[in-house]
Amino acid sequence: MGLERTYEEINEKIKSGKAVVLTAEEVLDLVEEKGIPAAAAEVDVVTTGTFGPMCSSGVFLNLGHPRPRIKITEAYLNGVRAGTGLAAVDIYLGATSLPPTDPGNRSYPGEFAYGGGHVIEDLVAGKEIRLEAHSYGTDCYPLKKIETKFRLAEINEATMFNPRNSYQNYNAAVNISEKTIYTYMGILKPDLGNANYSTSGQLSPLFNDPLLKTIGIGTRIFLGGGIGYVAWNGTQHNPEVERNPGGVPNYPAGTLAVIGDLKGMSPRWLRGLSFLGYGATLQVGLGIPIPILNEEIMAYTAVRDRDILTPVTDYSRSYPHREGGNLGMVSYAELNSGSITLNGRRVPTAPLSSIPGAREIALTLKDWIMSGRFLLSRPAAPLPSAGANITVKPLPQRK
Amino acid sequence: MIKHKLVLRFPASLVEQPLIYRLVKDYDLMVNILRADINPRKEGRLVMEVSGREEKYQQALQWLRDQGLRITNLQQQVIWRSDRCTQCGACSVICPTGALAISRPSMAIRFYEDKCVACEHCIKACPARAMEIYLNNGE
Ligand code: SF4
Ligand code: SF4
Repeated sequence: MGLERTYEEINEKIKSGKAVVLTAEEVLDLVEEKGIPAAAAEVDVVTTGTFGPMCSSGVFLNLGHPRPRIKITEAYLNGVRAGTGLAAVDIYLGATSLPPTDPGNRSYPGEFAYGGGHVIEDLVAGKEIRLEAHSYGTDCYPLKKIETKFRLAEINEATMFNPRNSYQNYNAAVNISEKTIYTYMGILKPDLGNANYSTSGQLSPLFNDPLLKTIGIGTRIFLGGGIGYVAWNGTQHNPEVERNPGGVPNYPAGTLAVIGDLKGMSPRWLRGLSFLGYGATLQVGLGIPIPILNEEIMAYTAVRDRDILTPVTDYSRSYPHREGGNLGMVSYAELNSGSITLNGRRVPTAPLSSIPGAREIALTLKDWIMSGRFLLSRPAAPLPSAGANITVKPLPQRK
Repeated sequence: MIKHKLVLRFPASLVEQPLIYRLVKDYDLMVNILRADINPRKEGRLVMEVSGREEKYQQALQWLRDQGLRITNLQQQVIWRSDRCTQCGACSVICPTGALAISRPSMAIRFYEDKCVACEHCIKACPARAMEIYLNNGE
């Protein structure tokens, strides 16, 4: 292949304000008009975005010590339980955590009005957060209980660390049973009443670098409206799935673990969500720049919704009981059209991942790069991809 | 001719009254019932579209109020907090009337107030809680 570009060359162009940056949508017209080689010669960076519910998200907080000191064994933020088990005043607040008083699904479908995702949104919005913490007391950490209030700016560290974000492809969810079901894929009406899906398709980061040739450990990204980094592969990373000739997986595949400073983020891109009958979670805005190192990478970023397929999965039986199988494959172009055809029937579709939000993230990242505020980072190490022989395993169940 | 969408709330004691019949017969109004929650032991709620002559319409409203009904304009019942909306699109398959619908190809959600029948399905279905009900407006 002809053209080769290095990270250093791209960053030099960014610094001198000469980098050509397009979003993963904008680049499609260019490629259509001029072809891959000419587009690759012209474009330095393609930006991507996604803004969807991502349950495996949360923040590590270091609260600082009260006087006297405390070794927290139980912590609640605005009533929502945070994880302890680290050092004295380090806690982890997960997006799906709930207050112990939440009725759950006892009154079905539960509302889950306020959970970890909402606390994270309130934290990043600068609101005052109520802390209640308990301990057994030690000689070095005598305090046994504290109730106080704090704001994000007043604590030492708030590090967002999301063990699994930015799923590369995800099932379209339907319900073949006779009653409405309430899932993390939204409300699914009976008898194929609707099909919900949750990726930003051609704008989505991992569809634009399907074999993870540029995205690796240390890649600088847009996270929650601030700057973050790819920390590792995400949990349940599953690169060995069937792919199309362009390398795009036909099933849920790669995932990312990402990290960033919550204090630099914005409530616009970290939103607490309540999924009826399922729980609370966090909608995370995430965007990744793809450096156009060569024509091969350019070709990956030219991926279109019509070429990305995903399985339609039944969430009334097949998914919860891990029975496998699906009701057919559909493309994101079909899903975005408003309906798909299943078993000869028209089934209305709805996204859960905000496509206008994804577009705005890709545009924001483009703007950051063009204004010289955001440089690209060469990964410190690659992430495992196709050929690494990693597959998702179920939990062993034995006595 | 005027056309309004109204929410009527009435005490249990009025449930048996032929209210709609009177609106049609005495005030020459056209009444299209969009939704009815009527329980003989509780407050009743009717959502309807009413059209007819302005003068008659005003007289009818007065008459309904005299009967002990509370009347609000439907437009004020369900509101879309565009600042809270994340444009996810989940509500588009929940809303039965197309009041919440996705514009293509932008995939932006829009709220068409005039199509909303205040069924309230979207209130809890919206994960970002961007849909709100206002119960105390314009009474
Ligand atoms: S479900 Fe709520 S947040 Fe999502 S598009 Fe509809 S109104 Fe907006
Ligand atoms: S109240 Fe009903 S009709 Fe109105 S927007 Fe919500 S779902 Fe649609």
